[in-house]
Amino acid sequence: MMERPFVEIDRASMRYGGAHGTLALRDLTLAVNKGEFVAVVGPSGCGKSTLMRLVTGLWPVSSGSVIVDGREVDRPLSIAGMAFQNPTLLPWRDILDNVMLPFEVVAPRENRGRVARLENERKCMELLAKVGLGGFERKSPWQLSGGMQQRASLCRALVHEPKLLMLDEPFGALDVFTREDLWQVLQTLWMDRRPTVILVTHDLREAAFLADRVVIMSARPGRVIVERAIDLPRPRTLAMTYSAEFQSIARDLREHIDEARQGGDLAHAI
Amino acid sequence: MPSDGSAALGKPIAMKAAAGHPPDEQTRDMERQRALARRERFQRALPWLVIVLALLAWEFAVRVFHIAEFILPAPTSIAASMTKWWSPIAVHALQTLETTIIGFAAANVLGLALGALIGSSAMVYGGIYPLLIAFNSIPKVAVVPILVIWFGIGSPPAIITSFLMSFFPITVNVAAGIATVEPELRDVLRALGASRRTIIAKVGLPRSMPFYFASLKIAITSSFLGSILAETVAGQSGIGHLMIVASSRFEVPLVFAGLIVTSAMSVAMYAIAAVVEKRVTGWANRGGAEAGA
Repeated sequence: MMERPFVEIDRASMRYGGAHGTLALRDLTLAVNKGEFVAVVGPSGCGKSTLMRLVTGLWPVSSGSVIVDGREVDRPLSIAGMAFQNPTLLPWRDILDNVMLPFEVVAPRENRGRVARLENERKCMELLAKVGLGGFERKSPWQLSGGMQQRASLCRALVHEPKLLMLDEPFGALDVFTREDLWQVLQTLWMDRRPTVILVTHDLREAAFLADRVVIMSARPGRVIVERAIDLPRPRTLAMTYSAEFQSIARDLREHIDEARQGGDLAHAI
Repeated sequence: MPSDGSAALGKPIAMKAAAGHPPDEQTRDMERQRALARRERFQRALPWLVIVLALLAWEFAVRVFHIAEFILPAPTSIAASMTKWWSPIAVHALQTLETTIIGFAAANVLGLALGALIGSSAMVYGGIYPLLIAFNSIPKVAVVPILVIWFGIGSPPAIITSFLMSFFPITVNVAAGIATVEPELRDVLRALGASRRTIIAKVGLPRSMPFYFASLKIAITSSFLGSILAETVAGQSGIGHLMIVASSRFEVPLVFAGLIVTSAMSVAMYAIAAVVEKRVTGWANRGGAEAGA
């Protein structure tokens, strides 16, 4: 790989609550290329969400370094889109205005005029239509189902065309059918715009379906123990998830997770 | 697990289109609608009914037990007193209303500003909050004489007392609304490069509006209490002053007339606050009403 990775995490550690606090991450090293889709999986409490916050600069590292787009991250990035398990839409805004939010924050001056607003609205409508929310622009969040709210949340994370998309278990609270629908939606959006994506998830099938590379973290204090490239062709289909190849990838990931958990259990034996 | 992914999707089950309802079902539905409407009308009239019944019981008790007028005047004699003294009552009531509105407006401005400040910074919160609580627990009746020493007799002490009584709930509620912004939502905005000010403007303040309006309904009544308190202790005008003068002359029906006018004003202001609340923060209540649908 000739190009410099877009995200470079070099021996990053993170400790909460002072010198004797919990060590959430220890010497975590990870590189993500531009336009790559990486899924991070690991036993619960392994510091995946901490990793998200370090990469976006929401929290500072205790030691080591995080470099994004060639620059050391020492304060919150202003180029990232984020989505969480909870859709966190603003209940006083309709769906369109929720998706418009990034424009108001990212470059408020450029986005103030009428022309800019119309242009942004067009972008939002287009994106909403693409995720199957056409016609719901003027609905309030509470009028939408959980899956539809999560679609809107994805739109909000993507609409300003961020270079980096951070997803923290975005589909964790959805039923299987909705989740699989949204995998396809996310894949389409990613193939369209090619942002660099870091997806944190508990679901190994989800990781294998979506990612170019799956990174497995150890139990706390988290570090990367295995990286596995997923070479399935794109666009991937749900039918592929029943293929022998996919199943063997999932089984392989599963075994690594078990190892990670056993290591963790020994370390935290009561 | 199905062996073939496409089989799981299947075909939609064809449903027979529902034919028109038979006539007897229609009339039953209409009946039900009418019963619902009746019930709603009754519910709306209920508070008035209760008031009328209470007044009747009061009048009845006073007459039957021969209660002296200077102990408990009957509603009819209060009404008579009201018509007799309507002009001074109106003048003093308007004075109280003015005092209250000025104090209340000041409490809104300061409460919103301080609430936003406290809610958005853990440091300011930690520094100021204990002081606020200490201050709020001071009995305001003890503060009025001090205010009189500072500002003299008249409306300034009443305005300030009215302000002091209503300022606290507003501040605390606005602060609570801002301080409880979901961490994930804050992360979403911060990762877009939002400043703390932007987060408060886009999320914190709109989010605290339901809290704010809920507090307004409490604050407006406290505000009235504050003005009347100061007027009774050290006033030259206002409904509180009127009641003190009346009671010193054993004009007990007039005292009651003052009480009734006060609570009528208070209820009216409450109603205004409630209407504004409904218009501005309808989004906060709508979810529960239709989420089940």
